[in-house]
Amino acid sequence: MTDTLLDIRELKTWFATDDGMVRAVDGVDLKIGRGETVGVVGESGCGKTVTARSVLKLIDMPPGRFEGGQILWQGRDLLPLGAAEMDKIRAREIAIIFQEPMTSLNPVYTVGAQIAEVLREHEKLTRRQAIDRAAEMLSLVNIPNAKARVHDYPHQFSGGMRQRVMIALALSCRPKLLIADEPTTALDVTIQAQILELMQEMKERFGMAIMLITHAMGVVAETCQRVVVMYAGKVVEEAPAVALFGNPRHPYTQGLIRSIPRVDRAAEHKERLEAIQGTVPSLLNPPPGCRFAQRCRFASDVCRQAMPPLKQVGPGHFVRCVL
Amino acid sequence: MSRQYLIRRLLIAIPSLLGISIVLFTVLALAPGDPFGELASNPAIPPEVAASLRAKFGLDDPVWIRYMHWLVAMVHGDWGFSFASRINVDTLILQRLPTTLIVIGAAQILAIIVALPVGVLAGTRPYSIFDQVANTLAFIGFSLPTFFTGLLLILIFSVRLDWLPMVYRADLGSTGWTWFVAEIKQSIMPVAVLGLFQGASLVRYVRSAVLDVVRLDYVTTARSKGIGERKVITRHVVRTALIPVVTLVALQMPVVFGGAIVTEQIFRVPGIGSLLISAMLSNDTPVVMAVTFVFACLVVLFNLIADILYGWLDPRIAYR
Repeated sequence: MTDTLLDIRELKTWFATDDGMVRAVDGVDLKIGRGETVGVVGESGCGKTVTARSVLKLIDMPPGRFEGGQILWQGRDLLPLGAAEMDKIRAREIAIIFQEPMTSLNPVYTVGAQIAEVLREHEKLTRRQAIDRAAEMLSLVNIPNAKARVHDYPHQFSGGMRQRVMIALALSCRPKLLIADEPTTALDVTIQAQILELMQEMKERFGMAIMLITHAMGVVAETCQRVVVMYAGKVVEEAPAVALFGNPRHPYTQGLIRSIPRVDRAAEHKERLEAIQGTVPSLLNPPPGCRFAQRCRFASDVCRQAMPPLKQVGPGHFVRCVL
Repeated sequence: MSRQYLIRRLLIAIPSLLGISIVLFTVLALAPGDPFGELASNPAIPPEVAASLRAKFGLDDPVWIRYMHWLVAMVHGDWGFSFASRINVDTLILQRLPTTLIVIGAAQILAIIVALPVGVLAGTRPYSIFDQVANTLAFIGFSLPTFFTGLLLILIFSVRLDWLPMVYRADLGSTGWTWFVAEIKQSIMPVAVLGLFQGASLVRYVRSAVLDVVRLDYVTTARSKGIGERKVITRHVVRTALIPVVTLVALQMPVVFGGAIVTEQIFRVPGIGSLLISAMLSNDTPVVMAVTFVFACLVVLFNLIADILYGWLDPRIAYR
């Protein structure tokens, strides 16, 4: 990694609830280099989405609150920025696509108008120019007959097509970083592959970095250079994709990898797919030790006493475990 | 929105208006009271004259024959004759209707002007101090009936302070600027009473519609576009939140007309609401029938407008 684009340091995004502070993201470090694809994996509720939305400050405040840390975008901290400054970064520098293509487009505007809105805001195009550019973007993401479809409403598109529209929307201002928050989770498997392929193609074309948030390890293996594994608001392991799959060090990562269904093995051995026992701990006043300790079969007293630090175990390979 | 749809909707309105008129006519026929009751008890009029008058107006025919007479006349554009005012019913209604429409229209505009920004602000800042104050005022607003707030305003602004006239007059003697000022002054209270009552419930609807919309995914998408919070709210939140609100406003029109009857009575506004009440009191059946029928037509019309606006605001709805 030569040129750091995004550098998240000790980010803490907490939420005030009636029961107390929920530490959704509790001291996360994450770096993304120019043109790099970084996967962020973990199960539901581990803080992946909150981390992603924190970068663009799309967290509702209240109840959300940045308790500490920095989000350095090309060396500049985003957290203290005002709304107007933030709006210059959104879409133009960092864009985001979401999990639910069915609901992330406004039903009352044509897709063209929604793409044009960004272009008119950031590139000061006229309505005509913006619509033409929107049509270009749509054909770029392989929407057939883009010139005509630019005037269609979101409900006239299927789920996969809508996710393509979202990608066109996100990329219309040529951002340097695309945050993809579970972009394929809501789609069926064949469409998933198409969308991932499209993202890869767009990346090659525009050279942007991608922060791919997912809970599907298979997706990560296919697309990412580096992987960050999150658990209960903390980064537990970070490694180049090859190292992570070849030599997972954290028991949680090992569990995640073992829970990937394998067509080749299942056919031969009729193995049962392994599941990680237990559930994610409450993020309300979490215990002092390792958050995975309750579910970890290697856990000892040391693990329950203090949070283990992130230690380096290989080139670019870090793990938060005492083992 | 196709023309075909519009035509079909207008055609569907015909049977419903027919049904409404049958019910209205039957209920009025069943109601006690007789427009010629006074004639019967008046010793100066010989019984034969009264009887021939009754026969002339067909008052002793069975209900369905009277209804058919009414319907045929109606189709020919004859609204009947007011027994009490001794002029044609349509002339009478046309005299009164503009006043009512102006008062109701102004009240609705006031309601929307107040409710829309207040509801949107309250909805985008739920449980803030502004929201709580707006909610409390709205609750008080629609809990207090218009006959109470109307009398209260009269007591304060007409009786105590003597700032505003107590009675609304259609025949203001002056012209030009003085007429305009007098017209405004006498309209303030009825419009405020009706408008704020409507606005109070509207605030709650707008607030809840906005609350429903702000947490939707596409609003987050809009925020991620970097277009500024104001555009996010106006283009993406308010625009969609308006869909249910518009329908509600249109479907509430019957309630508004009902409220107008009371308000007109309090402020002596010579609209069709007060015409209806005086017609009822004097057993002037043709006028009662005609005015209630006009109300029914207006309600059907606003339903149609609601549907058209709905289709225009929400592209997902296709009319076939």
